[in-house]
Amino acid sequence: MAEPSALSIRDLAVQFRNEQGVIRALDGVSFDLRAGQTLGIVGESGCGKSVTARSILRLIDRPGRITGGQILLDPAGPQAIDLTALDPDSRQMQQVRGGRIGLIFQEPMTALSVHYTVGNQIIEAIRQHRDLSKADAKAQAIALLGEVGIPHPQRRIDAYPFELSGGLRQRVGIAMALAGNPDIVIADEPTTALDVTTQAQILGLLQRLQREKGIALMLITHDMGVIAEMADEVAVMYLGRIVETAPVERLFAAPRHPYTRALLRAVPSILATPRQRLSTIGGAVPHPGLRPTGCSFHPRCTEMLGERCRREIPASVPLGVSGGASCFLPGASE
Amino acid sequence: MLVYLLRRIGLAVITCVFISILTFIIIRLPPGDFVDAYIASLAASGSTVSLEQADAMRRDYGLDQPLPMQYLRWVGRVLEGDFGVSMVWRRPVAEVIGDRLWLTMLVSLAALFLTWAIALPIGIYSAVRQYSIADYIFTTLGFIGLAVPNFLLALILMYVGFRYLGLNVGGLFSTEYVQASWSWGRAWDLAKHLPLPAAVLALAGTAQLIRIMRANLLDELRKPYVVTARAKGLSEARAILKYPVRAALNPFASSIAYLFPYLVSGSIIVSLVLGLPTVGPLLLQALVAQDMFLAGAIVLLLGIMTVIGTLISDLLLTWIDPRIRLGGR
Repeated sequence: MAEPSALSIRDLAVQFRNEQGVIRALDGVSFDLRAGQTLGIVGESGCGKSVTARSILRLIDRPGRITGGQILLDPAGPQAIDLTALDPDSRQMQQVRGGRIGLIFQEPMTALSVHYTVGNQIIEAIRQHRDLSKADAKAQAIALLGEVGIPHPQRRIDAYPFELSGGLRQRVGIAMALAGNPDIVIADEPTTALDVTTQAQILGLLQRLQREKGIALMLITHDMGVIAEMADEVAVMYLGRIVETAPVERLFAAPRHPYTRALLRAVPSILATPRQRLSTIGGAVPHPGLRPTGCSFHPRCTEMLGERCRREIPASVPLGVSGGASCFLPGASE
Repeated sequence: MLVYLLRRIGLAVITCVFISILTFIIIRLPPGDFVDAYIASLAASGSTVSLEQADAMRRDYGLDQPLPMQYLRWVGRVLEGDFGVSMVWRRPVAEVIGDRLWLTMLVSLAALFLTWAIALPIGIYSAVRQYSIADYIFTTLGFIGLAVPNFLLALILMYVGFRYLGLNVGGLFSTEYVQASWSWGRAWDLAKHLPLPAAVLALAGTAQLIRIMRANLLDELRKPYVVTARAKGLSEARAILKYPVRAALNPFASSIAYLFPYLVSGSIIVSLVLGLPTVGPLLLQALVAQDMFLAGAIVLLLGIMTVIGTLISDLLLTWIDPRIRLGGR
């Protein structure tokens, strides 16, 4: 479990400024993505998962802005790069995108342009990062399509995205993310838009590719089942903060944060008795602009300790393999 | 694809047939027929035509036959390029329109290219740098461009050009070249006169297309495939020009459909103000003078140009958007 960290996020803060004020989308996020491992990032909608992914690639749209913290690529190596210090339009950042860090999207329907063939879009990604002739890049693209399990890749390379099914499109998306041979891949809810059987296939594919290529995979999802299946380590996010990190077995065996426990209770179980009501988390994620004082989860927490949770912000999750929770409950940070 | 093409062309032909029927009805609308009008115009100039002569003329022109037959004969002549005789000009319609048609198309094409050359880059810039100072400036200028009537702009530009720059404004030729036959000197003279009318004609269209391009591109820029392109490591310019701009080009292709008839008619008022020898003022004169063969020919041309424009823009759209091209597959 002690693989070196491929990507270290430290106290990352992202703010969106608009007429209504400042929204703190990320508020001091820290975690490590270890080489060759899968880090699952889980949380409800709007808790900052996708913003995290986009800030790593420096692709946050205005008015979003990184206001603090570091994103360290190869933090242990001699040439650690702090991505927050780079100009988002710089050459170096362009080489990182796709070349070091690949991105897989949630919506395979809209993430591919309908105006160009699948081949055109993949070959472009290959040639962006490797000095290949058009013919060589095309051969590469065909090989890549075969690798992600697309039947008849020689034929499909000339297809337009709208001619493919959702599952095939997502495979194309994966091939495109891998085109520049990245050692880190961020998958932002890669299976949310797919039906259940296709989901299982895509997850199996991601797992296989990750093992074969030794990729550090950052898997963003709101599906605890996907986490259990895929992740080595898990980070649970709530309202722009990480509230718990843990190795995956530990997270399911002994969740330390009340929010994690609530999320796990909300997973439908095949063992449930008939007509048993599905447990839900009371209330909704507050708007990030209306962040509660103290621990931001306290209004929805069933284990609230009282005044302290309302006033003080619990310490961040400790870094390290065993993880911990950002909570005042005894034993939470062990 | 071939089926699509054939169906489009077939529909275009059918539309043209309907346009020709309507045009024929318009020509036949005024009371009496061409011969009556001809006799009347002769009478106005002092000469008379006997009843036998009139009947002979009616037989010659087939006016004694039922309407469907007359229509077929008229269409047959039109297909041979014979649009009839202009009563006002006393010359064949084809001859009257002839030279003006090419000049009109030249002026309008110049205006069209000017429109695109200005509107495309500004529209893209305004969308990519939304709410920047330059965007606000372009937006303000665009609204002014939309609001100012073309003819007013033409008058102002003519005044400024004549009063302060000493330009030879108005018309497309200097006086010594108006009646001259084509030569390098005449072409150069035309090139010198072209910018002003082209700029005036381009103004409103440019302002409009900037707005369209900006709005479309703003929509496209928010789509996930733009993030995909950036996440591949493409430079910002490449990512935007290759993907969202391509998608936002659809309205440009569509605009050809309604710009095409405009190519023929030109802007009537601007042409009058600037004294341009284009088809626009001719249509106005023909309508005022009830010169039905001339008016009919121009109306027919406009209708057919609209159909051809639509056909071209449809074909361009299939080229731009593979979903249309492969929709039936």
